[in-house]
Formats: sequence, C-alpha cells, structure tokens
Amino acid sequence: MKRILSIILALVLMLALFSACGNKGSKKESDTIKVGLLAPLTGDVAEYGIAVANGVRLYTKELNAKGGINGKTIELVEYDEEGDAAKAVLGYNSLVDQGVVAIIGDVTTGPTVAVVSESQADNTPMITASATAAAVTYNEETGQVYENMFRSCFIDPFQGEKMASFAYEELGAKSAAVLYNNGSDYSLGVANAFIAKAEEIGLEIIATESYADGSQDFQGQLTNIAAKNPDTLFVPDYYNVIALVAQQANAAGITARMLGVDGWDTVLDVVTDASLIEGAYYCSGYSTQDTREEVQTFLEAYKAEYNNEPNMFAAQGYDAAMILYAAIAKADADGKLDNETIISYMKATDMNCVTGHVTFDEFNNPNKTAVIINVSNGGAKYWGNY
Amino acid sequence: MLLLSQLINGLQLGSIYALVALGYSMVYGIIMLLNFAHGDIIMAGGYIAVLILTAGRNPVLAIILAIIGCVLLSVLIEKVAYKPLRSAPRISLLITAIGVSLFLQNMAQLLFTANARSFPNTVVIPAINFRIGSINISLTALVTIVVTIISMICLTLLVQKTKMGKAMRAVSEDTDAAKLMGINVNSTITFTFATGSTLAGIGSILYCCRYPLVSPTMGSLLGLKAFVAAVLGGIGSIPGAMIGGLAIGFAEVLVSAVGLSEWTDAVVFAILIIVLLVKPTGFLGRSMQEKV
Repeated sequence: MKRILSIILALVLMLALFSACGNKGSKKESDTIKVGLLAPLTGDVAEYGIAVANGVRLYTKELNAKGGINGKTIELVEYDEEGDAAKAVLGYNSLVDQGVVAIIGDVTTGPTVAVVSESQADNTPMITASATAAAVTYNEETGQVYENMFRSCFIDPFQGEKMASFAYEELGAKSAAVLYNNGSDYSLGVANAFIAKAEEIGLEIIATESYADGSQDFQGQLTNIAAKNPDTLFVPDYYNVIALVAQQANAAGITARMLGVDGWDTVLDVVTDASLIEGAYYCSGYSTQDTREEVQTFLEAYKAEYNNEPNMFAAQGYDAAMILYAAIAKADADGKLDNETIISYMKATDMNCVTGHVTFDEFNNPNKTAVIINVSNGGAKYWGNY
Repeated sequence: MLLLSQLINGLQLGSIYALVALGYSMVYGIIMLLNFAHGDIIMAGGYIAVLILTAGRNPVLAIILAIIGCVLLSVLIEKVAYKPLRSAPRISLLITAIGVSLFLQNMAQLLFTANARSFPNTVVIPAINFRIGSINISLTALVTIVVTIISMICLTLLVQKTKMGKAMRAVSEDTDAAKLMGINVNSTITFTFATGSTLAGIGSILYCCRYPLVSPTMGSLLGLKAFVAAVLGGIGSIPGAMIGGLAIGFAEVLVSAVGLSEWTDAVVFAILIIVLLVKPTGFLGRSMQEKV
C-alpha cells in the first residue's frame, strides 16, 4: 500500500513539474512587456501601498484596453514588501529576475532608499509615487544622483519654495513670519526652503520662531510674532498642530494671513472654529476639486473601478505609471527596450499628469505645479494650480 | 510692552498649572501619595465636556457635568485602587497610581480612539480679544486668571474656616491622632480627593479652552508639569502649589519668549532636578505647619 502511494505521489510531482515547464514555455515573451510594482500591500503602511497600487493598476488597465504599448500588453508583476526594507530589496531582486523592464516603487521612504542603493548595480529604471525624502534620488554624502530613480511626488522643501513665491506674487505679501517644528525634518526642511526662497525674491522674513515636537503651547512665540505685525504667517506642520496654533494666534492678536503645506490637509476637521483660519492658503499634491480634464477623467475612472474617491497616493501612483509607460513606449518604438534608453526618455518627460505638468530637474525630482487650496467661508476651496 | 504680554501669557498658563498642582499637593498632604492619575482625570473631564458640547448641549451644563464627572471618577479610583492599599508601603500606592494612569489613558484610547478631538472652545468662551495700547489680552486668558483666583480663595476658605477643612488639616497632621479625636478619616480622605478633582475639572475646561484638542494622552505631560509645580512650591502645601504653578507658567513662557522655545520642557524638568537637589522641600514645604 505504502509503495503504491509513493509511486502515485512521485507521478503527481513529476506531472506538476511538467505542467510548470509547459506554462513557462507557452508564454510568448514578445507580446508582453513586464513592469514590476513594488509596494507594501499588507502591513502597517498598506494604506499607502494599496492606494498607489490601485492607481498604477488603473492606468495599466486603461492603457492595455487602448492597445497597450505599440500593440504589446503591459504585464504588471506585483511584489508585496510589507513595508519592510529587507523584503523590499528581496522583492527588487525577484522582480529583476523575472525580467521586468522597469519598476514602479517603492512607496515609503525607508524601503525605497534601500532598493535604490541595491538598484545601482544593474541600473533598472524606477519611479516612486510617494517617497518624498531627498535621499531617494540623491546621495548627499557622495553628491551622487541616482540616475535610474525618478518620482512623481514633489519633495518636501519644494512646497516651501512654492508657498513663498505664491505669497509674494499672488497674494502681494510684504512681510512674513515663520513658525516651525524644530523636531520634524518635514517642518524644518519646508521652513528653510520658504525662508531661502523668500529672501531670494524679496519677501521680508521679520520673525522666525520654532517649537519642540509635541508642543501644545505656542503663546510665547506667537506673542513675539504679534509684536512684529507681519502680514503673513507660514506654519509648515500637520493639521493637529495647526488647530492649536490657529487658536493661540488669534488669542495673541495675530491678524496675519496663514499659509500652510500639504500637512494641513483635513485641518478643517479639527480646527474648533473655521473662522480662525479663514483666508488661509495651503498647497497640496492633488485636489479632487481640480477642474482640469486629466483630474476629472481620472476621478471618474477611479470611482468606476474601485467605488471610492482616490486620494493623493492613488493619483501619484497613476501618474508614476503614466510617466514610466510613456518612456517605455518611446524606447520600444526605437526598438531599444534597455535601461539606458528608458531612463533617458524618462529624464526628458514633459507631459500633463493628474497631479500637474511634469518635467524632471537634475535630481530627477519633478518640477510641477502644486495645487493651492484656499480656506474661504469655512470650506476648503480649490484655488488653482501654481 | 512685549514683556507685559508675555507675563499675561505666563499668568494664564501658570493658573492652569496651579489648579492642577493643588490636586497633587492636597492628596500628597493627606495620604503621602503622588497621585499620577491626576493628569488623566483632566483628560476625562475634557472628554466629558467634548461629548456634551458636540451633542449641542448648553456649555454651562457641559462644565458642570465635566466637574462632577472628574469628582466621581476620582472618588471611584480612591475607593477601588487606593483605599485597599492604605496600610501598604507607599511604593505600592505609587505603582498603583501609575497603573491607574495607564489604565485611564488606554481606556480613553479604546473608547474614543487615539485621534485628537477638537474642543469647541468658542462655545464656552467666545474668541474676543481686548486691546490695551499694544497689549493684547484674550477673553480666555482673562477668564482663566479670574476663575483661578476665585477657586483659590474658595479653597483657602474651605480649608481654613470650615469643619471639614479642619478635619483635613488634622488628618494630614497626624492620621492616628485625628482618628482618636473622632474624625472620620475615610470620609475626610474622600473629601480631599473630591476637592482636588473639582479643581482638576475646572482646570480641564480652562486648559481645553486654551488648547482646544482633547486626546487620551493630553493629561500626562500636563500632570507631570503640575507635579513639578507642586514640588517647586513644596509638596503638601496649598499656597506652595499656587506659587509653584505660577512660577512654572512664567518660566515656560519666558523661555520661549527669549527664543529658546524648544527648551521649555527641558527647563521645567531641570527645575525639578534642581529643586530636589538644592531644596527638596520646595518654597513653602517646611515652614508650613498646616499641611493639607
């Protein structure tokens, strides 16, 4: 009995082996182009990973439905790295072994940086939809730009520059005060960029105050700012802090117009009285109220596919796929679907995406317009792209 | 002028610390317990007020219920967690108090999630600013300072002039002797907890009017700073807690006024270390005969 069983088992195993071979053999490589998607689809940061992946899948599906790239179908090979840098590196190698021509990913900064240094050996073209740290495309210590790495989101300091020139040119600001979180790279980076840009264009910074991470009390700093009487107050931090700052700025008698960054998103849900931030402006990567055709088409398609509103990550994922596939299409048309050709076409990107018009600077960061949101009559209104 | 504005800020912040520090000091005075759950009572008061206010009820009702809620919770904690340990070593009581604090924080996180809720402060105190020359005073600051002064006068009268106050002083002086004199020690201790948490309830509303976000951990740093204030003033002493609270408030505001705002917390806790090293009894710790 045992012997019969073992023979049957051996036969089953052999059959499985043959069928696996058969699968591999039957695939016609020339009809598809494989693209990797590296993202945390489970785990702590899955929320971001899934949103990015949904955006990428949607664009891939749309493009394939329109005939793919020069008649070839894009095959998306997904790898779930669970938000872990070590698994992301494994995933990167696994995707490269499976013959992908390029990779969309990673999603969060830590794993992305790990994957980028791994990718230097084989130079696979990559684009991240959401990793905002400068270190993703640029090694500060060696001064080396990672030529194969691009991103479709803007980096943190970029927002500071945008808001400084927006305040000066569009709002006619003359003097500004900056209140920032000294314990947050995000807040500090944006504040420094704002100050540098302001000095460059002639917007006078008359007060710079900071606070420790986790502070609730800003009265001392705000009283100092009130004494200088600036016409603009720039506070780059997250919405919880803004709710407290807005209240205390009012109590300190500050009447300056408040300016913020994408961390302000949903600030109206936590601020006790919307009139405290009435007239404020903040920037964001994306707004569902954006009236541009790209955004509205994307919104409709996304809602039809997933039955919910796309957030910024989904929009940036969609854009990452759009930018990458456009470059692959051009390289494929040249008949040179190799790393260098794809990278050089990505570098030359100049196209309208959902989150704005994209070109890349020397650090492979997108030069694009930011969405400006205006708080008026107690609601967040889309002001326009700047 | 700027200095004067900053002093008003310090007075407002210090008033809140003083109200909270009083609760620490009174409880320590009577059963030698550092009630680390005191800060979390404030959190509970904040949530009660938020729930009532967001349900659209009268702010006066919200304030009264928040204070009653603080008192009931504090008395319940005293009965359940501290009373069975009255003859146990003081370290057991201290550990229990930390346990209660963690329990309250996690309970709040379970009930209300870790996300901060916004406190509709303008319903309680309208956002009105008064201008005197170049000095700006908000109505919130004014109300905070006035309410604190009134609370302190009431507390002093309670402790000095009433029979219950006399009992509190007696129990804090010598529990056994008080018992022999026919004072109901248990009810006196409960009353002390209730008084301390009434002040915490008032402090909670004033704190939320100034910092309109209620979160499960909002009480921990506030509680620690009020504890520093109580130690600075001399723990166990009522006037000491008032002076200590104001001193910590001024210290914080002045540190940020001179541009060292990242150092405010560090300065507060440095004060604690210096006081403990140089004068562990604080400003009024030893000279006070009537400890409550």
